[in-house]
Amino acid sequence: MKKLSKNKELKAFFYLLPALLIIVTFKIYPIIKSFTMAFYTDFDYLSGTVYERGLSNFQYVLTDSDFYLALKNTFFFVLGVVPLSIIISLGFALLLNSNIKCKNFFRSIYFLPFITSTVALSTIWRWIFNGEYGLANYLIGLFGIDKINWLTNPNLTIPILVLFTVWKYMGYKIIIFLAGLQNIDEKYYLSAKIDGANKWEIFKNITFPLLSPTLSFISITSIIDAFKIFDQVFVLYSGSTGPLKSGLTIVYYIFNKFYRHWQFSIAATAAFILFIIILIFTVIQLKISKRKTNY
Amino acid sequence: MMKRIISKFTTYTILIIGALFILVPFIWMLSTSLKPYNEVLIMPPKFIPSKFMWENYRIALEAAPFKRYFLNSLFVTTMITMGEILTAILAAFAFSNLNFKGKDILFTVLMGTMMVPSEVLTIPNFVTLSKLKWIDTYKALIIPWCASIYSIFLLKQHFQSIPKELYYASKVDGCKDFKFLWTMIVPLSKPAIVTLTLLKVIGSWNSFMWPLIVTNSDKLRTLPVALSAFSNEVGTDYNILMAATNLIIIPIMILYIFLQKHIIVGISKSGIKG
Repeated sequence: MKKLSKNKELKAFFYLLPALLIIVTFKIYPIIKSFTMAFYTDFDYLSGTVYERGLSNFQYVLTDSDFYLALKNTFFFVLGVVPLSIIISLGFALLLNSNIKCKNFFRSIYFLPFITSTVALSTIWRWIFNGEYGLANYLIGLFGIDKINWLTNPNLTIPILVLFTVWKYMGYKIIIFLAGLQNIDEKYYLSAKIDGANKWEIFKNITFPLLSPTLSFISITSIIDAFKIFDQVFVLYSGSTGPLKSGLTIVYYIFNKFYRHWQFSIAATAAFILFIIILIFTVIQLKISKRKTNY
Repeated sequence: MMKRIISKFTTYTILIIGALFILVPFIWMLSTSLKPYNEVLIMPPKFIPSKFMWENYRIALEAAPFKRYFLNSLFVTTMITMGEILTAILAAFAFSNLNFKGKDILFTVLMGTMMVPSEVLTIPNFVTLSKLKWIDTYKALIIPWCASIYSIFLLKQHFQSIPKELYYASKVDGCKDFKFLWTMIVPLSKPAIVTLTLLKVIGSWNSFMWPLIVTNSDKLRTLPVALSAFSNEVGTDYNILMAATNLIIIPIMILYIFLQKHIIVGISKSGIKG
């Protein structure tokens, strides 16, 4: 009997081995490592020798004005992109969920940017926002507005990133919302109609509360994704952080410290702080989704 | 009646405006990529070029080793996808059909690590890869991505929905687990596997930050990294740049046109991202 159970463990082990080998090396070990690296103040990354440990990395990051700028920019971006993209996607999902012809056709079009490379799309948008010959200036010109230097005006950086991100991800959110809307039982709508409720009342009292699990899923994943913004800034601003660093985000800060200045442990510390921020939102999500399944 | 027509009309108008908002950048890219140079930098812009310059695509292909980058992307994407699906099938089977000590704990630990964003792991992974002397090799591009906890989780869910009676019956017949996995479970889970494959292909094809960090030499660049570099070198030849951009977009677009049902259904069921 004992031998048999040993065999069982061995067999499971072989099935798990390929996945676990990679996950342990590139996922679990680096989680531990990124935590400890934040406390290395003097080390040689090639040999792995640590000469000194301490808190000075945290001191450095938390007093670095660039880091606060990155935090500020990222927060503004999150504040802009999350509500806007949710409102727009929910609106389109509601329209598509009514009795519409060509529903799948519209859905397929809205989804297009989501599957397309962010780098390719950012390259297109960079051309659209060209200060002289860009499409954006032509379009505002039709309304009699003077040419704008979109990509060199620091005040426009976050709005441009918000616009781009809403555009790219709205198809994804529409699909998730549509799935949520289709889960709502038809009979609620029928009885509301019998009671003579108008469209707004139906939305407020039926659709919105019954959609709240989807809504909380979308909000939290959008918040987390928005905190990690990097690719589009990098390409739109040709590998810079935008005019007057107006596009310096948290991940961009980590990238610069790590890739451009080779300050590995400073970068690890900033990454650790990013992780804490994201963890807080993940815990909130878990709390909310637990409460939702209870009733 | 009148009210209903007006409401229908506004609905369609909004939907069409939304579709235009999505499509115009793509159309602008396509139109620019086919323009002769002297029609690129003009105001007001022309949407339909006076002459379709298909040659721009040839020029773009020759302006940088895009053929090589294309093959790099293709190779890396194929390897990652195959690797990930394979490891996920095996591990998911262990979690769904085998009993072993510490199964629940292991699964909980794995699910817990999903909370950590991959950006946080980039630096320690870079250090690991340098120690292994893998930086600037295909191994660095491929191997770290050949296992995904999310895929394991998703396949496990699917495997569990297959009636256990099938499994026990096959055991009575003397069918080995490994054979049962490949002849019964995998074919029965085809929709889930197809969706996972497609999403992985899209995700790997478009991935940017990781290939940018772990490769230095020109030879190993994938398309997104190459395009990002090219866009800074090309100057005002926007027609050539847009042609190069389209080279990244087209393969995924073709995949999307033929298999969009699988992609969209998969995402609406699981909420996964590429």
